[in-house]
Amino acid sequence: MTATDAPIAGQTPPDSRRRSDPAEIPALSIDGVSHSYGARRALIDIDFSVAPASFTALLGLNGAGKSTLFSLVTRLFGIQAGRISIFGHDIGLAPGEALRLLGVVFQPRTLDLDLSVTQNLLYHAALHGIDRREARLRAGEVLARIGLADRAGSKVRDLSGGQMRRLEIARALLHRPRLLLLDEATVGLDVKARADILGHVRRLVTEQGIGVLWATHLFDEIVPSDDLVVLHQGRVLAHGQVARIIADTGAQDINTSFTRLTEAAADCGSLSP
Amino acid sequence: MSSTVIKDQPAGFSLAQYVTCLNGIVWREGLRFLHQRERFVSALVRPLVWLFIFAAGFRQVLGISIIPPYETYILYEVYIAPGLIAMIQLFNGMQSSLSMVYDREMGNMRTLLVSPLPRWYLLSCKLLAGTAVSLLQVYAFLLIAWFWDIEPPPIGYLTVLPALVLSGLMLGALGMLISSGITQLENFAGVMNFVIFPMFFASSALYPLWRVQEGSPMLYYVCLLNPFTHAVELIRFALYGQMNWISLAVVGGCTAAFMIGAVFAYDPSRGLSRRGPAGGET
Repeated sequence: MTATDAPIAGQTPPDSRRRSDPAEIPALSIDGVSHSYGARRALIDIDFSVAPASFTALLGLNGAGKSTLFSLVTRLFGIQAGRISIFGHDIGLAPGEALRLLGVVFQPRTLDLDLSVTQNLLYHAALHGIDRREARLRAGEVLARIGLADRAGSKVRDLSGGQMRRLEIARALLHRPRLLLLDEATVGLDVKARADILGHVRRLVTEQGIGVLWATHLFDEIVPSDDLVVLHQGRVLAHGQVARIIADTGAQDINTSFTRLTEAAADCGSLSP
Repeated sequence: MSSTVIKDQPAGFSLAQYVTCLNGIVWREGLRFLHQRERFVSALVRPLVWLFIFAAGFRQVLGISIIPPYETYILYEVYIAPGLIAMIQLFNGMQSSLSMVYDREMGNMRTLLVSPLPRWYLLSCKLLAGTAVSLLQVYAFLLIAWFWDIEPPPIGYLTVLPALVLSGLMLGALGMLISSGITQLENFAGVMNFVIFPMFFASSALYPLWRVQEGSPMLYYVCLLNPFTHAVELIRFALYGQMNWISLAVVGGCTAAFMIGAVFAYDPSRGLSRRGPAGGET
């Protein structure tokens, strides 16, 4: 999202200008998406987009609806209302075309602990129809890039938490996606491992032009130049560049800005679905 | 929303990509099986205990008259061998479904479900992989059983293969369908009580149906309606180079029905979406 404005409390930004330009088709476009678990509304009329080659942080507390949103984007859940597109491919109508452009790192570990590092990568490659020879080449490349080449034959259960996360990121990149989703990818890691992973993902944006949606509840993972979507109790409270959101809320930092946004939303009763 | 899309790869998937995916899933299932040696041993020990102990004890109690496909009087061990083969596949099918529930709870299932290939195809590959594993177990059992005088005609080892594939697919699809409805790993114990044991005992695996009919006409009809009975009979006839057409039709029909049900249940717009994210996720 190349935000030029920072709407507050669920207002939708005028982004038709960007979408009308075919050269800037959003990497991810979420239009009017709502989702309920029975009577409980987990997401309410979500609208935002992620631009190619950008880093967008999805900030929300536990229970905000981040994982539900990720499950919808990855088609683990069916879309009940609204529309989600990845580089213009509707996830409901053309899931194959959309998912092949998408790499995902889920919040829980999804590696097979009994298989080796390379075997996990080869399995993922097979699920994307990448033949064994090509998969081995790519596995070698991504492992070298994330500094795990020397652990290629190790069982995954022998890796540290940080190494597992790096491996999951490597796996998500194996089929060369153009959009990468990471759901709380640094949870449970030490400070250094967190910084390493965040740095690596940011380099993917600048060096490889991958669009990134980074879900987090940690304010210190966000920098002023990032695009930001603030998700709270299933609603988007604000989206735009971090610096702009901070300025619009009259705050000094994102932490205070987030507090003001959530308090304002509670005051105006917009959070009672 | 612009209708423009970005296409940097050809639309759809080639046949080679589908085959690569199938190979990958079978390969991964095989690796997991090799890593779980105790699973292989227990899969063999269970039917062998029935063969060596149960059958030896009941040999003198249960008389078996000459019934197709047998052309002469047979030992009780010979009679229950096809039932034990089907039991291996039944347990394997349920084991596969247990691992699917485990994978779903642990998150591994997401790796499979976010593949861009069609979901029905991914689940079919998973089913084929589970069936392939069950074939290894069955032939290992048949090898040991041969030393216990279970000696079907040599051609039977070949003619039984298609029957094993079909019955393995049916029982695997049933397991997959059941796993789609289980929300917690702890609930799987119920499957043992409500699916495996009733299916096994209310079938022709341990006693011929005419014997059941003599004892309880009601149970006889239950056995007739039990798809596991037909899996057993399909295997029994195929092991002796013969075809039981009714069993073939029932097993084939049930395979299709269970598979359609499983694909339907794993469809994101119907199944998983009602449950919400796994515990701890937001």
